[in-house]
Amino acid sequence: MSVKVEDLTKVYGQQHAVDNISFEVQSGQILGFLGPNGAGKSTTMKMITCFIPPTRGKIEVCGLDVSAEPMAVRKKIGYLPEHNPLYLDMYVKEYLHFVAGLHKLSNKNKIIADKIEMVGLSLEQNKKIGNLSKGYRQRVGLAQALIHDPDVLILDEPTSGLDPNQLVEIRNLIKTVGQEKTVILSTHIMQEVQAMCDRVIIINQGQLVADDPIEKLSARIAGESIITVGFQKEVPIKALEQLPGVQKVEPLAQAKYHIFAKSKVDVREDLFKLAVKNQWVILELMKDTLSVEDVFHKLTQKISSHD
Amino acid sequence: MISLFFKEINSFFSSVIGYVVMGVFLLAIGLLMWVFPDFSIINYKYATLDQLFDVAPMVFLFLIPAITMRSIAEERNQGTIEFLETKPLTDLQIVLAKFFASWVLVGITLIPTLIFYYSVYQLGLPKGNLDSGAIAGSYLGLFMLGGIFAAIGVFASSLTNNQIVAFLLAALLAFIFYWGFDFISRMPVFIGWIDDIVQMLGIEYHYQQISRGVIDSRNMIYFFSVMAAFIGAAQLSLEKRGW
Repeated sequence: MSVKVEDLTKVYGQQHAVDNISFEVQSGQILGFLGPNGAGKSTTMKMITCFIPPTRGKIEVCGLDVSAEPMAVRKKIGYLPEHNPLYLDMYVKEYLHFVAGLHKLSNKNKIIADKIEMVGLSLEQNKKIGNLSKGYRQRVGLAQALIHDPDVLILDEPTSGLDPNQLVEIRNLIKTVGQEKTVILSTHIMQEVQAMCDRVIIINQGQLVADDPIEKLSARIAGESIITVGFQKEVPIKALEQLPGVQKVEPLAQAKYHIFAKSKVDVREDLFKLAVKNQWVILELMKDTLSVEDVFHKLTQKISSHD
Repeated sequence: MISLFFKEINSFFSSVIGYVVMGVFLLAIGLLMWVFPDFSIINYKYATLDQLFDVAPMVFLFLIPAITMRSIAEERNQGTIEFLETKPLTDLQIVLAKFFASWVLVGITLIPTLIFYYSVYQLGLPKGNLDSGAIAGSYLGLFMLGGIFAAIGVFASSLTNNQIVAFLLAALLAFIFYWGFDFISRMPVFIGWIDDIVQMLGIEYHYQQISRGVIDSRNMIYFFSVMAAFIGAAQLSLEKRGW
């Protein structure tokens, strides 16, 4: 168990920034932390990295309790904070030397040269950090997080503000790194999760709303079509389920049903014929395709409507 | 911690701050000691360095807060504090690294003033007619005073993410600790009651004692405990993370 979070809660005054979140991540897994802005992603990450103490709950990193052994935990974690804070008046190499020194690494020159190559900074390695573009600064941030070969890598919005080319490069880099480490990364972009992660946790207003392997989420995303149909009177669900291409039928309200079908199949024609045959009067018929955004929206909206 | 200490020292000298601080200090002291007739040694006609040790605390009052104001405030402002706090460093180590870096810079600033000592030594009649013991004591006192000011400055810097606020707060606190207690002890309410105790709380009392060339452990304990108190306070303020 690389990272284990149990009943984690953080309260600021009256506000529950993080509310009773529990999850586990194994090593070799890339976990995507998804949620709208202000959902509590960063707060959770700050608690895992020992920057702020939790109000309640327990965090274990590689079997070490975060509140009991913060120094040991910090050695295990590579962290790229949100907005990637760097010392802008330092040179790239000077900065990496400094970070290596903080971790008390020996053989600094070799390690630094390796990391510089790994993140693709070779051409910029003699520049001042302040003179680098955002994409390269992000690489410096990644190199810094990777310098001590941490078991756990925590990246808070690692791809925000990058151009499409840089985006692809950074994603590939994270994927490569993630093969042997535990990676937790946060984002509010759905496609990014699809591109990089093995598993997704969606949080909204501090609460966990979904914890799915990526295939499951992708299946939801891949575009099931949903048909909402309303009849005059109730009809047997079984008859609807037997239509070709239909996966599931859910009763919605009185004589109203949600029919989930494979995206390629349009069941409306068959549905109409079935209705005519049985003399069911159709009052409404609507087709909907669930997009990436819809899933996200649906999951994060559910909670807000409860309040 | 050592890495952070050297990073701090480096950042003083790779930016202009280190040079400006040293330059301003030496210029101010140099002018006051040798040029302006009201204070200058030439007019004073005694071979002492008293002017240096009278004026230096006043210059330090402004210069040391200028050195320390960015130490933690800037880390907060830039967000790099989050970077530091998530590295294997305790809060105390961060504060100590910042404090020692500032204190060492104060020490380095004092070194060139040894030239003044040499000059006065040469100018004395007969040559070398000056109280070296007292001067050594005064240097130590000045260095310790710089340490307290540096601790105060790092503490002030840990309270805010605004460097100007940190500077003003540090200058105010340093003023209170250097002269403030001395002034307060002369208020009529305290005289004949606890005026000596109030006076002993201030730096000046101990600075004057050390300046005589007698290094008393009580004075040293005072200096170190005030530094420790402010370093502890800075650590506490860092622990709260400003949330």
